[in-house]
Amino acid sequence: MQPSLERHAHLIDFAISSLLRRKGKNLSLLAVYVLIVFVIASLILFVQALRREASLVLTGAPEIVVQRMVAGRHDLIPVSYGADIVSIRGVSEVVPRFWGYYYDPVFGANYTLMVPDQSPPAEGTIVIGPGVARNQRVKSGDLLTFRGASLQPLLLTVGQILPQQSELVATDLITLSAADFQAMFRLPPGTATDLAVKVANPREVATVAAKIAERFPDTRPITRSEILATYDALFDWRSGMMVVILGTAVLCFIICAWDKATGLSAEERREIGILKSIGWETTDVLLLKFWEGTVISLTAFLAGLSLAYAHVFFFSAGLFQHALKGWAVIYPDFRLTPSLDPYQLGILFFLSVVPFVAATIVPSWLAATTDPDSAMRS
Amino acid sequence: MITLSDVSKCFNRGLPSQFTAVDQVSLRIDAGGITVLKGPSGSGKTTLLSLIGCMARPTSGRILLEGVSPPFPCPGENGLDISSLPERFLTEIRRRTFGFIFQQFNLIKGIGVLENIMLPAYPLGEPHAKLRARAIVLLERLRLERHAGSRLDWLSGGELQRVAIARALINDPAVIIADEPTAHLDSRLSLEFMEILSGLAGSGRTVLIASHDPIVYDAPSAARVIEMRDGRITAAQ
Ligand SMILES: Nc1ncnc2c1ncn2[C@@H]1O[C@H](COP(=O)(O)OP(=O)(O)OP(=O)(O)O)[C@@H](O)[C@H]1O
Ligand SMILES: [Mg+2]
Repeated sequence: MQPSLERHAHLIDFAISSLLRRKGKNLSLLAVYVLIVFVIASLILFVQALRREASLVLTGAPEIVVQRMVAGRHDLIPVSYGADIVSIRGVSEVVPRFWGYYYDPVFGANYTLMVPDQSPPAEGTIVIGPGVARNQRVKSGDLLTFRGASLQPLLLTVGQILPQQSELVATDLITLSAADFQAMFRLPPGTATDLAVKVANPREVATVAAKIAERFPDTRPITRSEILATYDALFDWRSGMMVVILGTAVLCFIICAWDKATGLSAEERREIGILKSIGWETTDVLLLKFWEGTVISLTAFLAGLSLAYAHVFFFSAGLFQHALKGWAVIYPDFRLTPSLDPYQLGILFFLSVVPFVAATIVPSWLAATTDPDSAMRS
Repeated sequence: MITLSDVSKCFNRGLPSQFTAVDQVSLRIDAGGITVLKGPSGSGKTTLLSLIGCMARPTSGRILLEGVSPPFPCPGENGLDISSLPERFLTEIRRRTFGFIFQQFNLIKGIGVLENIMLPAYPLGEPHAKLRARAIVLLERLRLERHAGSRLDWLSGGELQRVAIARALINDPAVIIADEPTAHLDSRLSLEFMEILSGLAGSGRTVLIASHDPIVYDAPSAARVIEMRDGRITAAQ
């Protein structure tokens, strides 16, 4: 090894044994530090994963959904509107969609009922989300009773339970055939919940939406990018909850670093004096302090990040799941797909390591620029 | 080896508290042998040692070092004038030429004996195995081999003193500077200390001690005793 590398190896060695020397102080510092990184990293990973999940769901969604509005409220739309919309330039297909909500008074839960466009379940059978299965305690092949439109009970067989992966969006979902849907809700003939409009060219979406709104003043076209934007706002880390948690964590961190920066103990000062008197240069002392700061902050960063990763992806962000996703009666119990955003991790790394190392070096630098002969008079 | 001409050190210059701790000292110290600086408290012994040891710069006068080959180009033809060098160079000379033994030992608590001894060599970047081997040789010479793995906190005063000596020797310096080295030792340990130092002086090293302990300045190995008072040299034998 080259002498300069050996020098670093020696200094790192000594930095570690210096840290171990003040075990209590440094371990508590490390614990606080890991906790802060853990909270921030959990938030970043969690929000990132939710956004990814949401956008995955929406990639399969139609470019435009047309809803009919009556007195400012969502109402059933005549299927006949579709024939007119198809004739607009750029529209490739219009499909009526049938969906709604079903409240189960026994279990006190709300389900989302939907007739899928493609390959709906056979008449008399349904496909249910994992949350429904848990809530009703049923498995594939069991019978479920619903209240029909004419108040007669409607018996449907559970054909399949959706896999865990789709929990977040499909946990309270029940898909069924069009005939069963009619039996349950009996929509007026020739109406649907809304219309899904497919537009081949993404650049024409806005124009098509404007034309629909113009031709049918009683409708509201919602584009996919609008839905994406809504999701984004919901999950955006600038939104309220995030700001509060992040702000607190950053504050903790500043206090921590500030304490470190001002708290150079008499003992540490004396040691810097000794090192200088036995022939260390100011740069050697600074390098030592640099390695001490780096060892602590890097350990905290890696430990906090790993804990956050486990928390979010293996334990489904148990700590703030309820706070951030409390919009449904049935809580999704899901596993997020692991994903890391290097850009955000880079920012986290920069924010957690650099200020701390600086806070370690600056006061030592002040102490290290004193004359070495002061050590002779301690 | 070391030549001082009209060296003065003035503290707090220009302030009402201005104080001249070393006043126009001229002195020549030859290589090898023990030189003792003696004198009452406040006479400037420590200050003079720190000037010679490149820890502080004189206010006026020149200090010449002979027989050192600095790792940087220097203009001096008969020795190196250390009174005007920048700090970086001073440190470089200091750690290669001088070994220091302090009154308070100035060892670092909480780490091992071996690590304390190797500490002055860390910035020089010597391979760890070689450095360790040298430190162990020093430990054996000072009869400390039993404590190679010990924590510093377990050692007795005399053992601490010997660790401090070993640390001063790790960079194989030509000059050893000791300031009141026996202040914390009883007379038996003080005698033992002088014996170790006379051994080092016998092997060609220059030893400089500041002390007002009779065991030190009356020791037969103290080849030269210089007396100081109020920053001046009053007698030299
Ligand atoms: N940094 C400083 N600023 C001001 N005065 C100083 C400083 N360092 C030393 N002095 C003064 O210089 C004088 C000489 O100090 P020095 O330590 O050299 O004496 P000494 O001979 O080593 O004394 P002792 O035997 O007590 O160790 C003292 O009066 C001291 O107060
Ligand atoms: Mg003194």
